[in-house]
Amino acid sequence: MHMRDAVNGIGGARAPEPDRATGDCRAATFRGLGLSIDGTPLVRDLNLTLDPTGITMIMGPNGAGKSLLLKLLHGLIAPSSGEVSWGGQPLSNELRRAQSMVFQKPVVLRRSVAANVDFVLKARGIRDASRRDALLAHVDLLEHAHQPARLLSGGEQQRLALARALATEPKVMLMDEPTASLDPASVLKIEEIVQDAQRRGTKILFVTHDLGQAERLADDIVFMHKGRLHEYGAAELFLSRPETEEARNFLQGRIVV
Amino acid sequence: MQDLGEAFRLALSLVLSGDADLVEIVSLSLRVSLTATGAACLIGLPLGALVAITRFRGRNAVLILVNALMGLPPVVVGLIVYLHLSRAGPLGFLGLLYTPTAMIIAQTILITPIIMALSRQVLEDLHAEYAEQFRSLVLSRRQQVAALIWDARFSLLTVGLAGFGRAVAEVGAVMIVGGNIDHLTRVMTTAIALETSRGDLALALGLGLVLMVIALGVNAMVQSLRMTAVRHAYA
Repeated sequence: MHMRDAVNGIGGARAPEPDRATGDCRAATFRGLGLSIDGTPLVRDLNLTLDPTGITMIMGPNGAGKSLLLKLLHGLIAPSSGEVSWGGQPLSNELRRAQSMVFQKPVVLRRSVAANVDFVLKARGIRDASRRDALLAHVDLLEHAHQPARLLSGGEQQRLALARALATEPKVMLMDEPTASLDPASVLKIEEIVQDAQRRGTKILFVTHDLGQAERLADDIVFMHKGRLHEYGAAELFLSRPETEEARNFLQGRIVV
Repeated sequence: MQDLGEAFRLALSLVLSGDADLVEIVSLSLRVSLTATGAACLIGLPLGALVAITRFRGRNAVLILVNALMGLPPVVVGLIVYLHLSRAGPLGFLGLLYTPTAMIIAQTILITPIIMALSRQVLEDLHAEYAEQFRSLVLSRRQQVAALIWDARFSLLTVGLAGFGRAVAEVGAVMIVGGNIDHLTRVMTTAIALETSRGDLALALGLGLVLMVIALGVNAMVQSLRMTAVRHAYA
């Protein structure tokens, strides 16, 4: 994998120019992206074009702005400055419908497991029980189809959230620490599902703190610290030879916050 | 004036024997109040949900107004509806005054703010949990409102119950717009007021007993539904 250089407007950049937009709606480009809340800058002048394929991990210590970046890219929050585009097109509802987001704490509707998936399918105008059952089988939840979703374990709820996210056959899946506080077996199952989605052509943006998970899944890694983008490059290179002091400290466990 | 114990015994016999007058009054009361509760839910729940999920200029003023309207005096509602439905009023041509429909209209106006205000709070709490997922799915307002109302259905039963309780127990509005006409618009509360003033405590007490049993029964039913829902994690 070639190195794609991060361009942070405020120092620490590897190269000055991001990749050009490819026209592929899986390719995110953000320029001058910033977010301030009550005058406090939380995300600062990010400039980058992400590879439209593979699994991109967004890493960094707590408070780095990883989750905020994901929400900015998906349009859940509006930037204070700069812009986001996908395949050269500004973020629109049509583009957002081609994306799915999975949250750290799965949002589970007060319905049965099957009705949770049906809800998303129906929102897209699809009524297809066989498709729903196939999705539930894919995440090993078919036998729980008629149980109340909120009685599932944490790992099962997250797999249900994944089934819902996959129901729309998204071009891009944005995942905000979906395996945080899950047991190892649940983590591995979710990783399998994510890798399968990626093999089927879905671009994955995945926020994590977990270096082991990054080694297992990442094709490339975005490293952030204190709202700034410090590095973007191939996972192997980043994990073995980080270029910035902050990334080295993070990988050695010396940056906690 | 009857002795209280004697009146109580007579009341029980009226209830247990299924006295025709008493059954008619109870049936009309339930028909009017349940219809008004249904209508108020149809109006108040979507409005409550809409206010819960939207932010707009003047929203706080709307919340204050709706909360204030929860305390609408029934006689004032009755008077306003009377003025509209009387022959000289703008809706006089409908000929609804002193009919059960007029009573339903008055009770609907009385309890819609209750349904709207209480459901707004329930739905706003639920929306706080669902909001990002809904935005991620790019749902329309209508889809969001429908999903919220469905998922909060068991909590909203309690809201409906509060509305029904207010409707079935009020006397001022139905007295003014219904006129307490025997076999036509006489409901439990107006009958209790009339029979008490006439000194016929047996019928008044009998109706009072039925009113209490209905209130307790509906409460128990809703509570049991809610507990079932909680057990199945649907509430």
